[in-house]
Amino acid sequence: MSSIKRTAVLGLVGAALLGAVPTATAVFAQDAKPELANKLDPNAKEIDEPVLKAATAVKEEDGKYLDKDGHPTFHITNDGKKVDWYTYSGYRRYHAECHVCHGPDGMGSTYAPVLKDSLKRLSYEEFYGILAGGRQNHTAGNESVMPAFGDNKNVMCYANDLYVYLRARAAGAWGRARPGEKEEKPESAKTAEKECLGG
Amino acid sequence: MRAVHLLALGAGLAAASPALANESVMKGIANPAEQVLQTVDYANTRYSKLDQINANNVKNLQVAWTFSTGVLRGHEGSPLVVGNIMYVHTPFPNIVYALDLDQGAKIVWKYEPKQDPSVIPVMCCDTVNRGLAYADGAILLHQADTTLVSLDAKTGKVNWSVKNGDPSKGETNTATVLPVKDKVIVGISGGEFGVNCHVTAYDLKSGKKVWRGHSQGPDADMIMDPEKTTSLGKPVGKDSSLKTWEGDQWKTGGGCTWGWFSYDPKLDLFYYGSGNPSTWNPKQRPGDNKWSMTIWARNPDTGMAKWVYQMTPHDEWDYDGINEMILTDQKIDGKERPLLTHFDRNGFGYTLDRATGELLVAEKYDPVVNWATKVDMDKGSKTYGRPLVVSKYSTEQNGEDVNSKGICPAALGSKDQQPAAFSPKTNLFYVPTNHVCMDYEPFRVTYTPGQPYVGATLSMYPAPGSHGGMGNFIAWDGVNGKIKWSNPEQFSAWGGALATAGDVVFYGTLEGYLKAVDSKSGKELYKFKTPSGIIGNVMTYEHKGKQYVGVLSGVGGWAGIGLAAGLTDPNAGLGAVGGYAALSSYTNLGGQLTVFALPNN
Repeated sequence: MSSIKRTAVLGLVGAALLGAVPTATAVFAQDAKPELANKLDPNAKEIDEPVLKAATAVKEEDGKYLDKDGHPTFHITNDGKKVDWYTYSGYRRYHAECHVCHGPDGMGSTYAPVLKDSLKRLSYEEFYGILAGGRQNHTAGNESVMPAFGDNKNVMCYANDLYVYLRARAAGAWGRARPGEKEEKPESAKTAEKECLGG
Repeated sequence: MRAVHLLALGAGLAAASPALANESVMKGIANPAEQVLQTVDYANTRYSKLDQINANNVKNLQVAWTFSTGVLRGHEGSPLVVGNIMYVHTPFPNIVYALDLDQGAKIVWKYEPKQDPSVIPVMCCDTVNRGLAYADGAILLHQADTTLVSLDAKTGKVNWSVKNGDPSKGETNTATVLPVKDKVIVGISGGEFGVNCHVTAYDLKSGKKVWRGHSQGPDADMIMDPEKTTSLGKPVGKDSSLKTWEGDQWKTGGGCTWGWFSYDPKLDLFYYGSGNPSTWNPKQRPGDNKWSMTIWARNPDTGMAKWVYQMTPHDEWDYDGINEMILTDQKIDGKERPLLTHFDRNGFGYTLDRATGELLVAEKYDPVVNWATKVDMDKGSKTYGRPLVVSKYSTEQNGEDVNSKGICPAALGSKDQQPAAFSPKTNLFYVPTNHVCMDYEPFRVTYTPGQPYVGATLSMYPAPGSHGGMGNFIAWDGVNGKIKWSNPEQFSAWGGALATAGDVVFYGTLEGYLKAVDSKSGKELYKFKTPSGIIGNVMTYEHKGKQYVGVLSGVGGWAGIGLAAGLTDPNAGLGAVGGYAALSSYTNLGGQLTVFALPNN
């Protein structure tokens, strides 16, 4: 019923930013250290096991957590009370830039999809591509359009943060709440933010 | 001979000068069988003199007929009825249908503009449209992409069309228009995209642009006379806007004009409100940011501003000032005065003298409003007319990257665009309201043309410590600034109200109910669940001696965002799931007109 047309053209800045997508560097599971394991809320009700498993962090680089494919992921500890910096940052940016269409906590609206569910299916590369390039969905009586954020620094400079937050939502590792406790803002995050926003 | 010649010239001038108000609109307003404006009348009372359906028999209402619009989006506004034809509009792509009521609502003509779908995501908060207007045999449509079209009401053929803005810069439209005299006045949206918003008058016959007045910038841009334009009784002075912005920030200042227009033919002034200043981060735009968040009175021929009143100087909460201005004549301290009543997003119900802009009443119309203690009514005070902001809820004082908690109302306001009604029989305003609070955290953003320019993280939840619902439907005494009665609603009351001479007040709810309540007591007299949530405005008309009540269903709008998923529960423990009741458990997307009538005996 619904045909999906992907907008292939990316903004110039978007293309430049896309260049910053980390190339997948395989990290072996045996590299995983116990301190990278999530310690989730024991009462969490919406855990999606396969998504959670795929999102397991095997490596940490200055507060940035990576899965076995080298994609950014979340790190939640203290029985689900504490998050890594990027999950927190993603929550903030999501509720500034995305929730106007996609609803609070990635729950969707009457005219934009439930990202908490979309992120169960979308790969990191697909997510990045849609964010930068946009997409259009045509269904009977309802046309929905995701804009291209490729040249929007307020979004693209935080693309990984958004991904990490939404991935935590999709895995059921983080619920419908604003993160309270969080890891310190990493120095590398400060530097990258400054460089990306351009002062 | 000379004298005669002059006389003839005088007569010629009189004939050429625009007719007072607009005769066709005045005629339509005077005939309660029809509805020619979204606002029902120029005064925006949304009061109908029809009384066949009344407080005694409304319980017998039945569905008379229905019509699907074919679009599954938020349906705001209402159909119009002119003669035997009903005009129905839709959200994007803004289709217009002309239905012949004499022929069982047969589609006589259909107009479907071709618009670039890239306008969709530029429209903050859904692709709604608040409807058509009728004047001089033409149907006026202001499309999402800001194309203003005049259609021949008989055939649907385009008389003329003109582009009011540029969607690639974030300029879009959701509002209806005001036909007045020989002009049509239109607004523009884009407050979340850093647009420098304005109102513009076009010639009703040709579509030619006549004047444009901005919400901020140099006096000439705003069509303001520093000596003659007043605020709270005093001339605004030179550069009244420029002085309240840092540098060039006014150029991306917002102050959008996506609300309703009202008009007073006697004073020859029209009224509207300007929206929030861009960005939502107050730290990034020091100053009062005039004249965003302002009630405006302008002359329709020249655009000249007669008076302005800024309700929320230096907005820190996104309390857009665009809600409707309802014009009534009531006694204040024993003296009949021309009044303007406005229920602002900021939670205060204002009553002003609409001739002078004098502030008469400013009281909270939801008791939970907490961001300001009151509006300073002391004329001798330095802060006269300003809200007295509570530091704890000041996102400016708390600063960037600080989460200010428990602010009431939320950004969607104690009331959003959903228009209130006024009954001259009870002298009460009937107001659909939101009962929602928020946490608000501003942070720094950069501006890119055509991209959102928000700069704050928000979370919203039902007013804590109240009835748990997210709305109320209230009756308000505008002279004394008091709530007369208040009916709790589970969801925000997002449908526009209609008051009738039958002592009934109608409104729609987000679950999809059309409700009828007693205008004196608020007692519920009738309800019917329509196919989708209602964010449209109830309308009424008469056809072949029978009164009908109609309403558009189709959930969406800003209400469709948070409420679709259920708002966050502020009391839930970390990681808790669910939050408050989700609207999606009660209704689904739709696009339908439901028309009600009393049964034939």
